Amino acid sequence: MANNFARILSGKRNVGIMSLVGAGSLTAAFLLNREHVTAGAQVRRVYPASADYPDLRKHNNCMASHLTPAIYAKLVDKATPNGYTLDQAIQTGVDNPGHPFIKTVGMVAGDEESYEVFADLLDPVIKERHNGYDPQTMTHPTDLDSNKLKSGKFDERYVLSSRVRTGRSIRGLSLPPACTRAERREVEKVVVDALAGLKGDLAGTYYSLTHMTDQEQQQLIDDHFLFDKPVSPLLTCSGMARDWPDARGIWHNNTKTFLIWINEEDHTRVISMEKGGNMKRVFDRFCTGLKEVERLIQEKGWEFMWNERLGYILTCPSNLGTGLRAGVHVNLPKLSKDPRFTKILDNLRLQKRGTGGVDTAAVGSTFDISNLDRLGQSEVQLVQTVVDGVNYLIECEKKLEKGQDIKIPPPVRK
Amino acid sequence: MPFGNTHNALKMKYASSEEYPDLSQHNNHMAKILTPAIYERLRSKQTPSGFTLDDVIQTGIDNPGHPFIMTVGCVAGDEETYEVFKELLDPIIEDRHGGYKPTDKHKTDLNPNNLKGGDDLDPNYVLSSRVRTGRSIRGFCLPPHCSRGERRAVEKMSVEALDSLSGDLKGKYYALKNMTDAEQQQLIDDHFLFDKPVSPLLLASGMARDWPDGRGIWHNDTKTFLVWVNEEDHLRVISMQKGGNMKEVFNRFCTGLTKIETLFKDKGTSFMWNGHLGYVLTCPSNLGTGLRAGVHVKIPNMSKHAKFEEVLKRLRLQKRGTGGVDTAAVGGTFDISNADRLGFSEVELVQMVVDGVKLLVEMEKKLEKGQSIDGIMPTQK
Repeated sequence: MANNFARILSGKRNVGIMSLVGAGSLTAAFLLNREHVTAGAQVRRVYPASADYPDLRKHNNCMASHLTPAIYAKLVDKATPNGYTLDQAIQTGVDNPGHPFIKTVGMVAGDEESYEVFADLLDPVIKERHNGYDPQTMTHPTDLDSNKLKSGKFDERYVLSSRVRTGRSIRGLSLPPACTRAERREVEKVVVDALAGLKGDLAGTYYSLTHMTDQEQQQLIDDHFLFDKPVSPLLTCSGMARDWPDARGIWHNNTKTFLIWINEEDHTRVISMEKGGNMKRVFDRFCTGLKEVERLIQEKGWEFMWNERLGYILTCPSNLGTGLRAGVHVNLPKLSKDPRFTKILDNLRLQKRGTGGVDTAAVGSTFDISNLDRLGQSEVQLVQTVVDGVNYLIECEKKLEKGQDIKIPPPVRK
Repeated sequence: MPFGNTHNALKMKYASSEEYPDLSQHNNHMAKILTPAIYERLRSKQTPSGFTLDDVIQTGIDNPGHPFIMTVGCVAGDEETYEVFKELLDPIIEDRHGGYKPTDKHKTDLNPNNLKGGDDLDPNYVLSSRVRTGRSIRGFCLPPHCSRGERRAVEKMSVEALDSLSGDLKGKYYALKNMTDAEQQQLIDDHFLFDKPVSPLLLASGMARDWPDGRGIWHNDTKTFLVWVNEEDHLRVISMQKGGNMKEVFNRFCTGLTKIETLFKDKGTSFMWNGHLGYVLTCPSNLGTGLRAGVHVKIPNMSKHAKFEEVLKRLRLQKRGTGGVDTAAVGGTFDISNADRLGFSEVELVQMVVDGVKLLVEMEKKLEKGQSIDGIMPTQK
């Protein structure tokens, strides 16, 4: 290998040895069976990989589980065509050792090509995070035909609200950890222009974080729409909060049932929601809205980041595939106290959260119940899983109300 | 480093005006000085180690500042930052350091014998005395930009140098990541332990990456000489003790620093220094001497006097609470230190503190007796 980056410091600084990413046996072998990724910029390095390898002994995240010194040495001289490096991708996982009981992902993508250039690390991370999905051999199904959804209207004595969210990235522009200010502003422009073309019950208004009036801000807070500058070090350490609040904003339709966040953790986060149990209508609007936005950006020559291997490409590997979380706020006073509740959820491939969102506790007996999976199942499949699962939970609750016994269902998937 | 030197190539695809930051809500030195024209001229440049203009100013973009406190809003990633980006940094330095011009020369004087007096500040009023500065090791990138390998090399060289100190300077290094609970508690009790920075001013510059790797605290056995490794700067050097003997504190400070510098020179390196900027540190506010000499002093009467601020201004002193920068004073006890860093030598700055604090104590005593201080008002230094 032509890696001549080893240099022991002698006390004098000269320009670091440049290590070229480009046509070379290393890169070629690595790109077998991948789409072709053109050579990236030079990565300046002064120390051998072993001197720069992070100390991950106290760490418990997916990146730390899979970043061996050998993989680090292999990837650390590489950069994507935009210049994003391995050290940047893993910084959040180095800075945030994780929690002993919650396993965070510990790395992000700076651009679409990160998933190719750093595949030696990202593929095992994706496999661990997504329940065995192997990006090297499997393909991800995308299906936004909401007509295929069966039933999907919940008993509103139990289900208080229904919501589906996902993210979309604009191909050709870097992702939030790496984007320049001009790129971020371009994302905002492309998306806001497209949203301005929405009509009917999707017609709405954009509120830029920089230009929002106090009144607008208060209204958005009252509607529970406003997102604020991230404080979680998991996010800030990746660089995605730079230049806040430049080019960040919130768009929503006039009926407040379709909402888009621009340039928060991803280029866009798309949310369809309403009170009550009509998940079918929520999902209909979700699919229609997404397809309409896609059509509008394509008119201007843009498209979403997507490929067959990984589905929709987003900043965090945990959101690959569909990036979809479909959920309800549901009241289950008896079932939630039953010792079999957790097992029932597991088998239904569902996850519970408090009604404040991830990492909050439930208030009373109202839970946020949503799909666990993101990648390897289509949107229709995942929403169907939620519909079937929540219906089952409601049946259990009704049985328990009548003093009848309930059964743990067989696992819906492997 | 945080956002990569390779990043500049991508940005150059966009017009300068498309990349220019929105500084309309901002109040820091960087935002005052940066113009679209300067941004355009400097944005294609980078230092030999790859530090870019956006790397320099990111902290100032992310932290608009406070309407009443003027933060600097930029950092250096290496010694060459101050050269490559001098068009931006020289006016910032001039603004921050009382009109210091790009052609001015800075004098370094670490000869403690040149200090007059300073051994007789009244301990009934002066509770403790302290001198601190920073040092950067030439040839290594600074905390916002360094790689893990560089930071570890800085730690290794520093610890080797410190381990060879002897006599009353002999001491021990405690690496943050290897510290036992007992060691940690002792360092907290001694008020020595520094923790991972939480201030967004620091975090946004990238200096807290990889915490606590390569960070640690060294102190001598008598706990009067303390060195922080890889916090905001490569090294922060602190000499301190209870009571008012600033001369002794400064003696130890100079002796210790000179010895450490010699040890580094023996190994073929040195501290970052030049005749114009003096000692080079991460934040432009710490250039020159990087020195803050201060006391904790009980001045309940003086601090309530209408002329207190005016006296401090004329003496070129600054007040802080006893918790350090941005804290409030407790019970009339203040941290009083030199306001300047650049353009005066170490001896000159410590002299100002010694003379100034002596005068403040004299004023306090007069006010206690109900006498006026008008007769002993100082002239502007």
